[in-house]
Amino acid sequence: MSELRQIAFYGKGGIGKSTTSQNTLAAMAHYFGKKILIVGCDPKADSTRLILHEKAQCTIMQLASEVGTVEDLELEDVCKPGAAEFDPANTDITEGFIMCAESGGPEPGVGCAGRGVITAINFLEEEGAYDEDLDFVSYDVLGDVVCGGFAMPIREGKAQEIYIVMSGEMMAMYAANNISKGILKYANTGGVRLAGLICNARMTDREYDLAKHLAEQIGTQLIHFVPRSNHVQRAELRRMTVVEFAEKSDQAYEYRELARKIIANDLKVIPKPLEMDDLEALLMEFGLEEEVEADAIGKKATA
Amino acid sequence: MTAETLLSQQKAAIAEVLEAYPEKARKSREKHLGVDAPEGVKGACDSTKSNKQTVPGVMSQRGCAYAGSKGVVWGPIKDMIHISHGPIGCGQYSRAGRRNYYVGTTGVDTYVTMNFSTDYQEKDIVFGGDKKLKAALAEIDELFPLNNGISIQSECPIGLIGDDIQAVAKAYKKESGKPTVAVSCEGFRGVSQSLGHHIANDVIRDEVLGDNSYKKDFESTPYDVTIIGDYNIGGDAWSSRILLEEMGLRVIAQWSGDATYKEMTIAPKAKINLLHCYRSMNYVVRHMEQEFGVPWMEYNFFGPTKTTESLRKIAAFFDESIQAKTEAVIAKYTKMTDAVIAKYKPKLAGKTVMLYVGGLRPRHVIGAYEDLGMEVIGTGYEFGHGDDYKRTKEELSRATLIYDDVNEYELEQFVKKLKPDLVASGVKEKYVFQKMGLPFRQMHSWDYSGPYHGYDAFAIFAKDMDLAMNSPVWAHTKAPWESN
Repeated sequence: MSELRQIAFYGKGGIGKSTTSQNTLAAMAHYFGKKILIVGCDPKADSTRLILHEKAQCTIMQLASEVGTVEDLELEDVCKPGAAEFDPANTDITEGFIMCAESGGPEPGVGCAGRGVITAINFLEEEGAYDEDLDFVSYDVLGDVVCGGFAMPIREGKAQEIYIVMSGEMMAMYAANNISKGILKYANTGGVRLAGLICNARMTDREYDLAKHLAEQIGTQLIHFVPRSNHVQRAELRRMTVVEFAEKSDQAYEYRELARKIIANDLKVIPKPLEMDDLEALLMEFGLEEEVEADAIGKKATA
Repeated sequence: MTAETLLSQQKAAIAEVLEAYPEKARKSREKHLGVDAPEGVKGACDSTKSNKQTVPGVMSQRGCAYAGSKGVVWGPIKDMIHISHGPIGCGQYSRAGRRNYYVGTTGVDTYVTMNFSTDYQEKDIVFGGDKKLKAALAEIDELFPLNNGISIQSECPIGLIGDDIQAVAKAYKKESGKPTVAVSCEGFRGVSQSLGHHIANDVIRDEVLGDNSYKKDFESTPYDVTIIGDYNIGGDAWSSRILLEEMGLRVIAQWSGDATYKEMTIAPKAKINLLHCYRSMNYVVRHMEQEFGVPWMEYNFFGPTKTTESLRKIAAFFDESIQAKTEAVIAKYTKMTDAVIAKYKPKLAGKTVMLYVGGLRPRHVIGAYEDLGMEVIGTGYEFGHGDDYKRTKEELSRATLIYDDVNEYELEQFVKKLKPDLVASGVKEKYVFQKMGLPFRQMHSWDYSGPYHGYDAFAIFAKDMDLAMNSPVWAHTKAPWESN
């Protein structure tokens, strides 16, 4: 078996990160027989819902809180096999499987979710969750890299390949650029590299061109342009991935293609994030922002 | 030593110490070091920079905001329970180290030397600790029903994760009907414990002085005073209080050594607030002046000269009957202190001292040493502000090295250069200098001795200094092969 690859999905909140990552990882298991562990790094604990066919019931931090300390937990309590074909015991469709763990964390507005991510990842490592017969560990990380806790997956010895999920909207591109800055910070101390942008299409004007151009500017690739499809939502409502729900659909093939590219990917770079001015110039070039005279900044609209 | 030699020695010492630093550190530190003398207008006491961040990488003697609030201001209030909210270390290592004496039955109606903590675990950091705090408050009342209130002393993580301790305190106060106050004194706030004093003072202002329930039944007399900024270390407040009472004054509250919640609430009823530690409690006496019109006065009860001076200053605020009694008090004690001086001065006169402490002591104890004929040649504050240094000028009798937030390296070098006969500082410095063969007194908690405030205490102070300096042990600090 090949060496364990640790990958992570980052991106602006609400961009469809968890959906894209689960559908892609599902395709990696379904079509290519890959053995995967998903580590959800989001207090909402919804990074494994489509694989488990239910929302994760036992997050690491929730269980730790119930038994007293994280040291009292057992790996089996928190690491659950995926449903149906993703269960290691089920080899009808594929030899591949997906194990699921969620860090969990507090309700919005209390405590420290970042610390929860750190605690959970340390626990998984110490308990040997990564030693098994795995091909991939994949981290799905909440929104922007707001504090040290959410940068945990890109520190030394953790994820080496980062995929940024984005779309052709301004804020999504800002976020992608910011995440690149985070990767740059850790690229020299650890071994983390940017492995590509995944454009989760919103079907905005010239979206493909813009995404491709941004990727080139940052020094990476647009690894795949995932078109919009109603299958995604239909599958999601059934708490399933697209490859299970509509195996023969075009959308399933899109995820298969993305899965193939990730498995074969060898373009891993230290990103060159854009300065704010350059990013704004890029957006203007593609018509997402209107050109504004210097003396108009901060001025109200004239009636 | 002539005045000029001393001055030039001190200046040379500063230059030499600064030379060892890289440029950035030198630029910062040179503003904190200087020499001042009683003559002349502008000296180091006017220009020294203070209350600034410590240079990273040096060993500082400073504490944190939590230390200032829990350790200094709130902790000694004996009938309240002070819960350290956060991981166990802060509460445990600050437990009972300051020798704030009090009268009461510990664990029944008084709690100063006990450690109460919410003992934060990893899960409390992640999920927040408000519920745990609430449970701890209820537990305290169940186990210690005679407590007269609870203060919540916030440790660092609370500020980081944003626990809403103010809301918990407010809700619990409503439920229990007892004073419950939350103090956001997270250790990372500010540059030293000084901000902790300020934060603690502000909470006393809002929560304790704002409690009017005991004020209406209070019967005033024309001679009501308070002692503020005395932490009763080794019994300091008690040996101060007797003097004021013998003068005919009534001490209605003492803050916060041996203090009760109730007496703190009635402090605004005093005719005058008498302030000993200016640094840690000036905020609240200024507030009482503005809000309740209570004047305040600083005093100094270290050594007979300063004590006598202070007693007369206090008496001048009252009528002639008090002034007459004060003179009688002074006459009575002066006989005793003269005998102390006669006994010890011959053994201590001309000996030099270097001080490095916090609060009020870098200036207040100078007079006590001088009463014994000793000469203070260097002094500095751990966490003083500009107003402390300005007040220090008045206490100087000779060229004095002034060092603000002095670090271990600087102090050691200064001592090596100026060769004082005694170093008086904190426990972290104690063994460094004793191992150098120098007499040392720990002046934070009086080295397990005290009290040092007032006339009676001067006898103890003099004896302690004599014991430290004239101990035969100092004749044996050189190895036989080194002495010839």
